[in-house]
Amino acid sequence: MAEGRFEVRRRAGVRLWLSAAWLVLLVIVALFAPYIAPKDPLEQDLFSGRLPPFWVHGADASFLLGTDSLGRDVLSRIIFGTRIALGVAVVSASFTCVIGAALGLLAGFYRGWVDVVVSRFIDIWMAFPPVLFSILLIAVIGPGVFSIILAIVVIDWTRFARVIRAEAMAQGAMDYVASARVAGRGRFGILLREILPNVLPIIVVLLTLEMGIAVIVEAILSFVNLSISTDDPTWGGMISEGRSSIHQAWWVLVFPLVTLFLTVLSFSQLGEGLKDRFDPVLR
Amino acid sequence: MSFLEVRNLSARVKGGGPLLRDVSLTVQVGEVRGLVGESGAGKSMIGKAVLGILPKAVEITGGQIVLDGTDLLTLPPAVRRVKVGASCALIPQDPLTALNPSRRIGVQITDRLVDILGWTRQRAEERALALLGEVQITDPARVLRQYPHELSGGMRQRILIASAFAAEPKLIVADEPTTALDVTVQKQILKLIAALQARHGTALLFVTHDLGVVSKVCQNLSVLYAGKVVEDSDVADFFRAPKHPYSAALLAATPKYTDPSAGLQPVPDAVIAAVRAEVEHG
Amino acid sequence: MALLQTLLLRLITTAVTLLGVAVIVFFVIRVVPGNPIAMMLPPGATAEDIANLTAIYGLDKSIPQQFLIWAGGVVQGDFGTSISLKQPVLALVLGRLPATLELSVLALGMAIVIGGAAALTGTRLRETRVEGGIDIAQGVALSVPDFLWGLMLILVFGVLVPVFQISGRVTPSLQLPFVTDFYLVESIVRLRFDLTLDLLSHMLLPALALAIPLAAIIGQLLKQSLKETMHLDYVTLARTQGYSEAKVIWSQALPNAILPTLTLVGVQFTFLIGGTVIIERLFSYEGLGNMAIDAVINRDLPLIQGIVILFAVIFTGVNLLVDLTYAALNPRLRHG
Repeated sequence: MAEGRFEVRRRAGVRLWLSAAWLVLLVIVALFAPYIAPKDPLEQDLFSGRLPPFWVHGADASFLLGTDSLGRDVLSRIIFGTRIALGVAVVSASFTCVIGAALGLLAGFYRGWVDVVVSRFIDIWMAFPPVLFSILLIAVIGPGVFSIILAIVVIDWTRFARVIRAEAMAQGAMDYVASARVAGRGRFGILLREILPNVLPIIVVLLTLEMGIAVIVEAILSFVNLSISTDDPTWGGMISEGRSSIHQAWWVLVFPLVTLFLTVLSFSQLGEGLKDRFDPVLR
Repeated sequence: MSFLEVRNLSARVKGGGPLLRDVSLTVQVGEVRGLVGESGAGKSMIGKAVLGILPKAVEITGGQIVLDGTDLLTLPPAVRRVKVGASCALIPQDPLTALNPSRRIGVQITDRLVDILGWTRQRAEERALALLGEVQITDPARVLRQYPHELSGGMRQRILIASAFAAEPKLIVADEPTTALDVTVQKQILKLIAALQARHGTALLFVTHDLGVVSKVCQNLSVLYAGKVVEDSDVADFFRAPKHPYSAALLAATPKYTDPSAGLQPVPDAVIAAVRAEVEHG
Repeated sequence: MALLQTLLLRLITTAVTLLGVAVIVFFVIRVVPGNPIAMMLPPGATAEDIANLTAIYGLDKSIPQQFLIWAGGVVQGDFGTSISLKQPVLALVLGRLPATLELSVLALGMAIVIGGAAALTGTRLRETRVEGGIDIAQGVALSVPDFLWGLMLILVFGVLVPVFQISGRVTPSLQLPFVTDFYLVESIVRLRFDLTLDLLSHMLLPALALAIPLAAIIGQLLKQSLKETMHLDYVTLARTQGYSEAKVIWSQALPNAILPTLTLVGVQFTFLIGGTVIIERLFSYEGLGNMAIDAVINRDLPLIQGIVILFAVIFTGVNLLVDLTYAALNPRLRHG
């Protein structure tokens, strides 16, 4: 019986390392994309359209994972797509984190009318279907990486705000805060020096999870053809093209899908793993 | 003739130390036997072993539990479960957690009568009403329709007692039924249990750490220390002249309300050392 | 009486929230850079078209005035006319709503069944390899959003082992005798089970994609809840009475373990409904979500506003329903 528990913990550790390994691999791929990718992702070769991956009959070995309908190398496009995916993920998650956490901390610690306003704002915001809202924003602002980042931040800040607000409220009620007040510390000082460090672990966990969400949102927006132009190699864009030619060229859908799946899964598992490490009481 | 015979029962924590060492005791039809000992002596474990509700971390390492002629430990779990359910009942320790908060009192009493014993719903309800009357609950019809959170601890314990006797069991295991109650209520509940036992002629295995309780309700008793039976005698003899030094020390340690100036007499270290040596090596 | 007061308060809060949603949608579309008229017009519009639109929507007036014009219409039940589809918004939206509702409710049902089964099995077989396997499966199911599950289901069941449909709501060549837009419900009521089967073969994969993450959440929470409940004394008592392990889990533990799960499921259900937007697109399912995406692509402002408001109404409605159900089911709250 004790053994069962131990096994689960060990497996959890393995999951954590596997996820981190995949993400590190992605970072390397993103950073060194031009040196790793065998071909130019934008180069079209109309005579080599819809070639299957190298192990299938009729393939061209220079296109390891095959080509799409315009003869562009799938592998190279996935490699360069990593840059966009990770770039958007890190930047948008960071901004979302900063804004959401800041509002959450202010609302949860100061309470009063600040809390009322922020909470009401959150409620209204959460009444929007997130995907629809993001699509709407992109349509209004126009395509581009900046728009996606803005859309993600605008929609998902509530996720941070809610959780951080609850944490800030809980921490604010604790004795060490009361003693700091008695000692004459200003409220904002307490927020920065006492509360923030204690809330930091949760922020890190949420940040990790948010990056996974950002990757997905970017993929969905690319899928609906509302993000960057279809020339740029985004995983979502490739999936969209793959979906429509699924019977003729399954590889155009499968490989970016698998990459996306593993990436999202890794961010999720990493976030959950961090959560377990930081808060053993929850177990 | 004996209804329950525990023979050389041994149990331990899985991968750990012993909990029961070679325990033997019998309960005759209609007899009230006390199981006494300090906390952790294993008295509760015996009751749970008989009823088949030992914690998952505990395993039986030897012996037999013969109920009405059949060794329960040799039966397949499904058969054993039904046999125990049909002939035994439990009066649990904590009335606050032993009733299902989302179901009415009535069904909590009648369900096992209908599902396990095969009674008709009507007969079960009549029986429930009758038993609630026996435990002196006023307006039993109303109580049947109430939820546990609407009733006091004392009332809930009466309901649990009524529920146990309602199934016409041959043996009831009472697991420290008064420990969780207010002192003012304890005496009433004890009287009630004794009265119902006498009226229905049910055998009763009474687990308790309180010798005072034993003297009021039980005919015979078994004293446990660290999972071993150190004394087995009838109650009258026991209180007159206990045979085992540990039992004597226990008796002496019981506060005497008739002589407050006598103070408290803890069990002497020498006695504990002796009984521990005897139990672990004897 | 207290229940009535709470209800009233909730209704007022809901109304405020919906108003907020309407304001935000309205202003977001108009305040953002870009000529609002140009956005609403299809390419190749004539000067007459521009003049018409300006008149109808009061585009020459200030934005707050435009909002009042629109809000005034809404209160009377007039949500305007769709620019791309040239029909009243309300009728269009209500026409597509049943399809999305059927899909969402089917997904919810599947999530409850799958999640519930996983939780019950994990409890019955606790501390075995099966439970460990269920935990892992739930972890993965939760980590990956419905969009990806949809794509994988399309690959597996649409292409690899093509047993289900991956496009549309119903086979186009079929003659449909329905009077409402609740195809699935009507097909059952009319006993046209051939149609029911066809509808289900189209709905199964999108509903499953929506259901998987929710099933994992339900499974995890319910299993945790059951685990805690199984330790309680009344469960042990039931075992001594002769009930089997399975029966004990089902009739003693489950009714008490369900309550905490309920509120979370309600909130998650609103996320599921939000997910219909992309899932419907993925499966070309003719529901509200699909129409929403088209509306955005076509810059059809009145339609966009109408759909967003409707979604917001559904979300707040579901939240209200969940709170009411919780209050009704909890005997402690009922009898105080």
